[in-house]
Amino acid sequence: MDVFEPKIVAFVCNWCSYAGADKAGSLKLDYSADVKLIRIMCSGRVDPQFVMDAFREGADGVMVLGCHPGDCHYRTGNIKAMKRFMLLEKMITQFGIDSNRLKLDWVAAGEAEQFQKVANTMVKSIKELGPLKIEGFVKSEVTNV
Amino acid sequence: MGQVITIDPITRLEGHGKITIFLNDSGNVDRAFFQIPELRGFEAFCVGRPAEEMPQITSRICGVCPSAHHMASTKTLDSLWDVEPTPTAKIIRQLYYNLFFVEDHTIHFYFLGGPDFVVGPDAPAGERNILGVIGKVGVDVAKQVITIRKRCRDMMAEIGGKAIHPVLGLPGGVAKQITEDTRGVLKELANDCIEFAKFSIQVFNDIVLKNQTYVDVILSDAYNHETYYMGLVDSDKRVNFYDGKIRVVNPDGCEVHLFDVKDYTDYIAEQVEEWSYIKFPYLKKIGWKGFIDGVDSGVVRVAPLARLNASEGMATPLAQVEYDRMYNILGGKPAHNTLAMHWARLIEMLYAAERVKELADAEELTLPNIRNMDLKTPKEGIGVVEAPRGTLIHHYESDERGVLTGVNLLVATLFNSAPICMSVEKAAKSLIKGGEVDDGLLNMVEMAFRAYDPCFGCATHSLPGEMPLNITFRNNDGDVLGSMIRDNNGRESLTWK
Amino acid sequence: MSKPKVAFYWCASCGGCEEAVVDLAERILDVVAAVDIVFWPVALDFKVKHLEAMQDGSIAVAFINGAIRTSEQEHIVKLLRKKAGLVVAFGACAALGGIPSLANLTNKEKIFNRSYHNSPSVDNPTGTVPKTETIVDGHTLKLPEFYETVYKLDDVIDVDYYLPGCAPVPDLIMEAVLAILEGKLPPKGAILSPDKSLCSSCDRNESKPEDITIGEIKRVIDIEVDPEKCFLAQGIICMGPATRDGCGEPCINGNMPCTGCFGPTDSCRDQGAKMIATLAPLLEGDDEEAVRKALEGIIDPAGTFYRYAVSGSLLGAARKEVE
Repeated sequence: MDVFEPKIVAFVCNWCSYAGADKAGSLKLDYSADVKLIRIMCSGRVDPQFVMDAFREGADGVMVLGCHPGDCHYRTGNIKAMKRFMLLEKMITQFGIDSNRLKLDWVAAGEAEQFQKVANTMVKSIKELGPLKIEGFVKSEVTNV
Repeated sequence: MGQVITIDPITRLEGHGKITIFLNDSGNVDRAFFQIPELRGFEAFCVGRPAEEMPQITSRICGVCPSAHHMASTKTLDSLWDVEPTPTAKIIRQLYYNLFFVEDHTIHFYFLGGPDFVVGPDAPAGERNILGVIGKVGVDVAKQVITIRKRCRDMMAEIGGKAIHPVLGLPGGVAKQITEDTRGVLKELANDCIEFAKFSIQVFNDIVLKNQTYVDVILSDAYNHETYYMGLVDSDKRVNFYDGKIRVVNPDGCEVHLFDVKDYTDYIAEQVEEWSYIKFPYLKKIGWKGFIDGVDSGVVRVAPLARLNASEGMATPLAQVEYDRMYNILGGKPAHNTLAMHWARLIEMLYAAERVKELADAEELTLPNIRNMDLKTPKEGIGVVEAPRGTLIHHYESDERGVLTGVNLLVATLFNSAPICMSVEKAAKSLIKGGEVDDGLLNMVEMAFRAYDPCFGCATHSLPGEMPLNITFRNNDGDVLGSMIRDNNGRESLTWK
Repeated sequence: MSKPKVAFYWCASCGGCEEAVVDLAERILDVVAAVDIVFWPVALDFKVKHLEAMQDGSIAVAFINGAIRTSEQEHIVKLLRKKAGLVVAFGACAALGGIPSLANLTNKEKIFNRSYHNSPSVDNPTGTVPKTETIVDGHTLKLPEFYETVYKLDDVIDVDYYLPGCAPVPDLIMEAVLAILEGKLPPKGAILSPDKSLCSSCDRNESKPEDITIGEIKRVIDIEVDPEKCFLAQGIICMGPATRDGCGEPCINGNMPCTGCFGPTDSCRDQGAKMIATLAPLLEGDDEEAVRKALEGIIDPAGTFYRYAVSGSLLGAARKEVE
């Protein structure tokens, strides 16, 4: 029987969370290959359209990882991300998507273990939720990412 | 098996429908069915929406009569939040609403149903429309029609934001104040609307009532049904579009019901059939006996002729004169001639225009107090208006924030859906004989529904879930196997034969 | 030379788009002088069989409004696509799904339950519901199939142009008709209204502060609306920033906020997502608690941000191949 390997997209910011992920890699800290990283300059760059696009194209879970509040390279980008994220989270359930499939968290440049923990926790939680089947209407054919 | 004739789609109305006529081997009509092939699901998808959005959402049930749903919805919000609209808000709402009636009845008479008479029911298909009407009455008259309608629409937009899908309705009030400048324009417009309504009645006189062939058609048995009639009346039992009690009279014209809309589930129930997306409301205390006429059948008609039948008169002087004249010519009240709907519609146009004038003169019209902000905790609201096409009821249930948990809509044309099926079948059976069918005859079958000025977009919004129901189960041969009755408390009883 | 042929058709619609054409008022006389309307069920008596008899491509332009909800609607729009040179998606429903596409936030089963059954306690497998084929008195009657999903027009056929709005406004309709008659159309796929947001023409623009901050979102029932001030500055959600211009701001003039019926601008793929992107940073507060409080006034995000555009959203109606 096939084991469910979730597809998880993680938007990681250049200055903090990406660096944290990079450090995890160089320290050879094990984190799931199910998590695909997309690097952007700031978590504030994450347009809700990206998140919805990811779900539409087959992601089972989406993460947005930014700098800790107060540490944003662009001052308030991560705060904007938080606000957008909270409103998006409120809305996504109306489209039949469990809000636990969406996660916002903070990872600093040096926090390799934090990155590992966040990534692996997400994979575990998505595995429990199962593959995303959008309720209430017909799901399109999804191309293999 | 004999020939099958399909009229698809039916035309010159709002909404979708088709008529299927089955001829037997002798070429006479065996059965004729009027089917509605559409459904959108408003009652289901409005759940979860904030109640104050409903006047704008439900107006999209129908783009021909959006103001009717908008107003019914707004009154339902008053009920839901238990708030009384301010005197000025009531005047503004009624003024807007009567203006809408003038405009909507104009559209029907000149664009939708009227062409059948003005051009002639068996004129070629290419001429049976507004363009043919223009050809018959002349471009100057056509320009008059277009201009008065535009002026009404522009004023509706001034008061309500837009004529198609207005925005004025709020619980306890309206969104926008009216200025003295606007009042000036309104007074002039009201006078012109009265003149236009009188002119339209004259057109009807000259083209229809003076033409014996048409009069014979109106009085013919093919277009005659003896049913119950329903409409809103004021405290003097005169026709009122905005508010009042719901009155029902029997086929002899005697009052059988007079009730407040909040008790509607005691009086109205619905029938489901497999062959149409529409359901068929009927008078609960009389009962569903099928698609038949008569005092024992719960079939009830609504809309202009029914409103006039169910009332004791019109509340404005010029309209009252026309009311009396019509019943004199038709031979008394109630009038059962379906095609007389066109006539009653013009009388209502006159009444609505006279009301606009009265309201334009009201002192409170331009006051700033347009909203009562004292909203209580919402739970349940029921509201009623007369739409141009009949009695319209909205019923909402919500949580304590006003988010909708349940929606029931009893939409005007719905009440006429059984009568329309009956009228179409009767007309088909009377007019089509010996297999002789032509385009003109088929149009005369369509005339049977067109008189009701139906709005099938309205009628198939989707239908209530908590309504009392009466369901008949048939096998493939049409034999009745059993029935299920659900009362308005949700209790069901099932009987199998 | 014969006049170009024109057709109007309505799918899951309300008839408002038809009324919008009639609202051309006296200009409609010019239109009917210039074209031959060969199919328009609201006003003319031509039937489907007349349409079927026409030559392919013989209709110059078909204006189609309404969303696609049933098999009959799909059938007719495919027929019109064959018979017409150009197809214009007329109105919000054809362009984006419109109000009927709010049904994509529920499902067919719930709709039928609500319509024809009632409580889940009805234990009756033969409960009457409308069927696509039934027999009554020995006669076979058919109804079209009610689809699971509400589609916009370009989910089903190739669309050449879009005329947005619920309903489209007469001035833009007239512009489009003239452009077609004079052969001066923009490139295929264009949306026929200015490509900028509503805010750029709104009278209340000047009242907008340099930085809008919203402490608490307000519903229109919560406050007496100031008829001069920007709605967002009053804390009321107005879809203006995420909505295309061209309507003349009638709702704003009616002292109510924009609800987004013209759909998004060209640079935006998903209207609701864009509104979230715009609105969220305006909320006051730097921590989750404060933001959560500010968001309490948003009761129905999907229904508010995608009022007319669920089918057009990235998630709202995932595409299915329609046969």
